[in-house]
Amino acid sequence: MKLIQELWSSLTEALVGLGAVMRFLLRLVAVAPRALLRVDLISQQVYNAGALSLVIIMLSGLFVGMVLGLQGFQLLQRFGSEEALGTAATIGLVKELGPVVTALLFAGRAGTALASELGLMRATDQLSAMEMMAVDPIRRVVVPRFLGGVIAMPLLAAIFSVIGIYGAQLVGVQIMGVDSGSFWSQMRGAVGLRDINEGIVKSCIFGVACSLIAVYEGYYAEPTAEGVGRATTRTVVTSAVFILFLDYLLTAAFL
Amino acid sequence: MAYAVNGGRAVFSGLDMDIPRGRITAVMGPSGTGKTTLLRLITGQVRADSGSITVAGQELRGLRRADLYVLRRRMGMLFQNGALLTDLSVFENVAFPLREHTDLPERLIRQLVLTKLQAVGLRGAAELMPAELSGGMSRRVALARAIVMDPEILIYDEPFVGLDPISLGVILRLIRRLNDALGITSIVVSHDVQEISTVADVVFLLSGGKVVARGTPQELQSYPSDVVRQFIGGLADGPVPFHFPAPDYFGELLARDEDA
Repeated sequence: MKLIQELWSSLTEALVGLGAVMRFLLRLVAVAPRALLRVDLISQQVYNAGALSLVIIMLSGLFVGMVLGLQGFQLLQRFGSEEALGTAATIGLVKELGPVVTALLFAGRAGTALASELGLMRATDQLSAMEMMAVDPIRRVVVPRFLGGVIAMPLLAAIFSVIGIYGAQLVGVQIMGVDSGSFWSQMRGAVGLRDINEGIVKSCIFGVACSLIAVYEGYYAEPTAEGVGRATTRTVVTSAVFILFLDYLLTAAFL
Repeated sequence: MAYAVNGGRAVFSGLDMDIPRGRITAVMGPSGTGKTTLLRLITGQVRADSGSITVAGQELRGLRRADLYVLRRRMGMLFQNGALLTDLSVFENVAFPLREHTDLPERLIRQLVLTKLQAVGLRGAAELMPAELSGGMSRRVALARAIVMDPEILIYDEPFVGLDPISLGVILRLIRRLNDALGITSIVVSHDVQEISTVADVVFLLSGGKVVARGTPQELQSYPSDVVRQFIGGLADGPVPFHFPAPDYFGELLARDEDA
């Protein structure tokens, strides 16, 4: 009985939390048009969330692609169709691994940075000081960071996939000896615009989810060292769960 | 005016204050009397549960967010820790309100910022980042930022906490000079009795959510009230108890023994 009660209360708590996040999103969307005029602020945040995450994204993309090349080759060799390695790796990267792994890394690298930055701004009265200067912190600080993340995430996912494909090619063609011509031509023949679109839509939605969770957690962080730490942790955990959940929904929707 | 935290403990009940225009008003009181909360109420960061707060002729109750922002442009506030924006240099911090609210040409912004920094003696630190400043310097930069829009009301939240005697003297002189030169209405929240007595024109002493004394610093020295005597004299116990409410001391000690 107690277990059911606890489950029920945590379920309602989660729903209330989700409602609060959605309301926050509406607030962001309402100020976004005016915030969009400040191109300098947004480009600074695209740099912070995107360019500064490039190394980790590219390295991870390369390794994921290489593993995919190796595993794919082992598997496809059993059926004598190693030439399909290009197709298999690309479909896997563009539709699934690119958006999902990039979003997980993005939450860990850029999401935590966003949450802790906003949390510390709250703890050191910087957000209150802005309000006192009649500057809306949502418009000046939160929305540019949110939009920066939303713009950076699909670009990072695309870079991840491209580097991943080269990683798979490196292992499959250069090391395992798959024919280069068939690797690329099979890939070009089998991967369609629909697959690419699926990847783009997924990475855009993950970008919105990750950035929203990060700015929400940071903005409403308790203004103490402990509170900021908790907000950072919650950003990663919530983002990871949401990314995987949304990934399932989106994959099902694209079938 | 009345205000309670989250509908629970009442911070103020029946608080009545009038802050004179163009003077330096000090708000003093023991820690936890809600001095900072009072500033948040005056600046509209929190809303009163009942009663009314009028700032520069405008009633805060029911004021729309946009109108509140218009009103805040006429106010400056110095936070306890300065609250400088850590990703901007000293110059950009002071220029921040100008850049956000005006379309002034860069040359004019530069002149205004340098004038204000000169007034607080930190023109030479314009290119430093907030992390490179001492506590006293941060507060002076924050003061320059608070006056850059030429406010009518300037609010200081505990401006003397943690300052060395030199920085403290500098801040005190700045408060006086800004008031004399610009005719700004200043509200200083503090519990440093000696320091505040040297600059304030009027002092309000708060305790238990009410004003317990009002007068010039000299009048307060001989005020016929136990609370005022305890506060001004710095006595540990009196009407403001030294101990936080707790169950009986010996009873609790013995109870712990039995538990063990």
